[in-house]
Amino acid sequence: MASSSYTSRRQLEEHRFHPLIAVLVPLSAIVLQALLPKALPSLAILELPLLVTVFFGVSRRSPAAGALTGAAIGLLQDSLTSQPIGVNGLAKTIIGYAAASIGLNVDVEALTTRTIMIFAFSLLNSGLLYIINRRLLGFFEFHLQWNHELTRAALNTALAIPVFLLLDKTKRRD
Amino acid sequence: MESFFSRFRNSLALLALLLAQTLALAVQVRRPAELGATDGHNVRLLRYWVLSVVNPVERAYQSVDQGIHNAWFNYLDLRHTRQENYALHQQLAQLRIQQAAIAEDAIQGHRLQGLLAFQQHYVSSTVAAQVIGTSGSEISRVLYLDKGSVDGLKPDQAVITPDGIVGKIRDVFPHTSQLLLINDQTSGAGVLLTSTRIRGILRGTSTGRTIINNLTSDDRIKPGETVLTSGGDQIFPRGLPVGTIEFIHPDPEHQPYTTIRVTPAANLTQLEEVLVITGTQPNLALQTQQDLAAGAEATAEAKAAAAKAEADRLAAENLAKAELEAQQAAHPDGQNDSAGNPYQDQTAAQIVADRLPNLHNGQDKTSGKLTPGAASAVTLPKPLQTIRPDHYSPGAVPPAASMTPGAPPSSDSAVQSPAFTSNSPVAAQQKPRHPTTETPPSDQQN
Repeated sequence: MASSSYTSRRQLEEHRFHPLIAVLVPLSAIVLQALLPKALPSLAILELPLLVTVFFGVSRRSPAAGALTGAAIGLLQDSLTSQPIGVNGLAKTIIGYAAASIGLNVDVEALTTRTIMIFAFSLLNSGLLYIINRRLLGFFEFHLQWNHELTRAALNTALAIPVFLLLDKTKRRD
Repeated sequence: MESFFSRFRNSLALLALLLAQTLALAVQVRRPAELGATDGHNVRLLRYWVLSVVNPVERAYQSVDQGIHNAWFNYLDLRHTRQENYALHQQLAQLRIQQAAIAEDAIQGHRLQGLLAFQQHYVSSTVAAQVIGTSGSEISRVLYLDKGSVDGLKPDQAVITPDGIVGKIRDVFPHTSQLLLINDQTSGAGVLLTSTRIRGILRGTSTGRTIINNLTSDDRIKPGETVLTSGGDQIFPRGLPVGTIEFIHPDPEHQPYTTIRVTPAANLTQLEEVLVITGTQPNLALQTQQDLAAGAEATAEAKAAAAKAEADRLAAENLAKAELEAQQAAHPDGQNDSAGNPYQDQTAAQIVADRLPNLHNGQDKTSGKLTPGAASAVTLPKPLQTIRPDHYSPGAVPPAASMTPGAPPSSDSAVQSPAFTSNSPVAAQQKPRHPTTETPPSDQQN
């Protein structure tokens, strides 16, 4: 009788997604991110592409795939802005890589872990954008209001919990 | 070697992605020479591909949203049409009056500007566009419009609303264009402070504010002052509303400059429809010129009517005066004083006193006494001061009883010559005069 054996968490909990899901979910996040602030300007504080990047990163548990997913989502996001293409790409690449790396070592299915992780990644995203704008692009007048960034992190965390639960249903295990 | 790549596959993938994007950023930052400039061809192509995917969804959402919005609000609007129509007619009548009042000034100003060869640009053509989407980022204040190069839009065209300026067209695609708002950190506009006529540069910040930070401290700049476009940026025509000054405070990072925060006149967070200025011209539009001419004509007519009314009034007054004089001539006993009152109850002396200037102008005529207030105002004539006072005029020399023989005890006597003694006539002239005859210097000049 043939039996399969798992040697790591990655092999135990690595998830795959239908190609359509892998394409449509990031695109939907980008489109919603562009449409929601038009209806309600204060919704620009949300960062749906970040949530999707983190979700795919921790679910696939492959740092290279996470980095690639993050880069793709970030570049799409940059295409809609007036900023040079690559600002969000760089930030999301790092976040995708870090999310996948964390997913290899930590149980990210737990609610508490998810909450802390999203909050931390939201702050990391703000910090990376700050560094890229000021150091790489030379926008020395770029400032962050840390109270605003903490609020953004809290709101993104609150939104991420139901969104992750919804996206969990699209996972399929090989 | 194979094991190296497989072992460090993840790290190498991360490094490759970061390096590629950093290089791409470096190329993009180097290529556009100025902030807010359009992208290079490749970047523009990438943006266009993404927009080709995103825009159809945004347009579909926009059309559905617009349909629902119109269905509901058209019903609401119809309920108040009659009242609004009446109010608008009233407003139109008032505006016509106001237009007539300012039309002549406008024409005069336009003529003077022409004389001074000002390069004024008037808006000649605009394209109305709807906002269909945003950048989705708080860092990049960009909106997407449903009109593109097919509709005549080009980069660097000004975008306005009836309230004020909104931004400029940054990038144009066939059916879509990118609007860079004035509160974006890469945005800028030449502005003019209305009351002080100081020129500055309006900039956006990373937090979505609009500031002027190239002016030094000036007490004349006050919160609440209106800010207009100066036309110096060659994008926004001169004189469009920008906003009002919210507050002024010193810029600690760039002394001695100040940070002047401006509240935009247009609501940049709730934009639905905007106007893109696609053409300007150095002269006023024909229709506007005709309107101004009509207004000036109405003003001239109103002025002529006012002048005619004034002339009629003066003629009536003259006629009344003439009738009064004829009446006085017919009744010589009933003379009038300067105030027009009959002289019937006055004596001849009183009439003369009224008509001739005298020393008692401040005196109460009826009582014959000087009033306290008037007494100080009366200037009494004084006799001219004699140049060479003689010894015979009373008070010219002190009385003999007060004189003592010998020279007076004075410290100056040691240096005086014998000829200048108190007994000599010259010395007598040098002595102070009697207090009763002493006059102040001002009087001596008289």
